[in-house]
Amino acid sequence: MSKRRPYVRSMDGWWKKNPFYVEYMIHESTALFVAAYAFTLLVGLVRLGQGEAAWNGWLEAMKSPLSLIFHVVFLLAIMYHTYTWFKIMPITLPPIIVGGKKVSPGAITGSGLLAAVVASVFMLGLVWRIAQ
Amino acid sequence: MPDSQKIIEIEVLRYNPESDKEPHLEVYKVPFSDDMSVLQGAQYIKDHFDGSLTFRWSCRMAICGSCGMMINGIPKLSCETFLRDYYPNRIRIEAMANFPIEKDLVVDLSGFIEKLESIQPYIIPREPRSLDQGEYIQSPEQFNAYIQFTSCINCTLCYAACPQFGLNPDFIGPAAIALLHRYNMDSRDGAAAERMELVAAEEGVFNCSAVGYCSEVCPKHVDPANAVNINKTNAAKDYFLRFLSPKGGSK
Ligand code: SF4
Ligand code: FES
Repeated sequence: MSKRRPYVRSMDGWWKKNPFYVEYMIHESTALFVAAYAFTLLVGLVRLGQGEAAWNGWLEAMKSPLSLIFHVVFLLAIMYHTYTWFKIMPITLPPIIVGGKKVSPGAITGSGLLAAVVASVFMLGLVWRIAQ
Repeated sequence: MPDSQKIIEIEVLRYNPESDKEPHLEVYKVPFSDDMSVLQGAQYIKDHFDGSLTFRWSCRMAICGSCGMMINGIPKLSCETFLRDYYPNRIRIEAMANFPIEKDLVVDLSGFIEKLESIQPYIIPREPRSLDQGEYIQSPEQFNAYIQFTSCINCTLCYAACPQFGLNPDFIGPAAIALLHRYNMDSRDGAAAERMELVAAEEGVFNCSAVGYCSEVCPKHVDPANAVNINKTNAAKDYFLRFLSPKGGSK
């Protein structure tokens, strides 16, 4: 008779067992903030469709102190999400060969972050001009 | 033993399938010198305290891939991890995570071996070729496309690092997919379409949620996470191309 009795360890609370997993859970959960903000903007769009009064109401709500605090929190969460998103980008892409050499992970993450900064500054400038 | 002899406490997760209901920790005080690896620490325990301590090893030079353990919770090759880097703190060694424990530090790798077989880890030529046609010619670019994925030593540290494998032991997992990718990327091979069935299957690449820890712990810089994620794209492409062409990859 076999004396084998392989022991299977529980996976309960696995993500708490290693700082790498904790960070993974944090960066994955910041995606919820991205979704929540997209939803906020969507509500704005719906209110716009409902006429001037509804739209102004939404604008007022956006200006409330609580909303401003939320905006800061959302901004931080989304910035962190952006950072980690580009940080794992190198593992998701096939090798990119430039001038016969493989582009380094750092260069991929760097260009991604740069693109995000440029796009954000562009949007900010655009909205600024419209607001003038 | 000289007075200046340094002693490190090694805490070992012990499990004897014949007498223990579940694993438990035991602490040993091990005298050590600066050139001693964690593996040598385990060997010291086996030689001086308890001959029944069970663990795998062979080469002692980070090439056979048999001495993987959780060292303070991190999957590492114990032969290239040094006691001096943990002293004066206690060091905890456990069997590799996510695998069933067979005895002490030895895990059951049979599932992994089956997975390795399942990906057809050999060149399946594009077309029949006779000896008098001579050798295959491969350009440096073609060689570079797969060489990184040949460095795997089957240590399975990447599986011990992968929570998705822990949650679903059927997941083919990082190293087997890296090897699959190695053959798919070889210009001599023509079986990528055959292997696609497994890539896109329930136990395939879509178990991966890009935690990325597998590539982090890999002692040979294989970057298995990269192989897995490239094959997500390949599987998605294959899926959509099937609507356009009747000769898509898997059935
Ligand atoms: S991919 Fe790396 S970590 Fe995984 S089995 Fe191969 S060598 Fe070990
Ligand atoms: S004993 Fe061979 S890799 Fe450690």
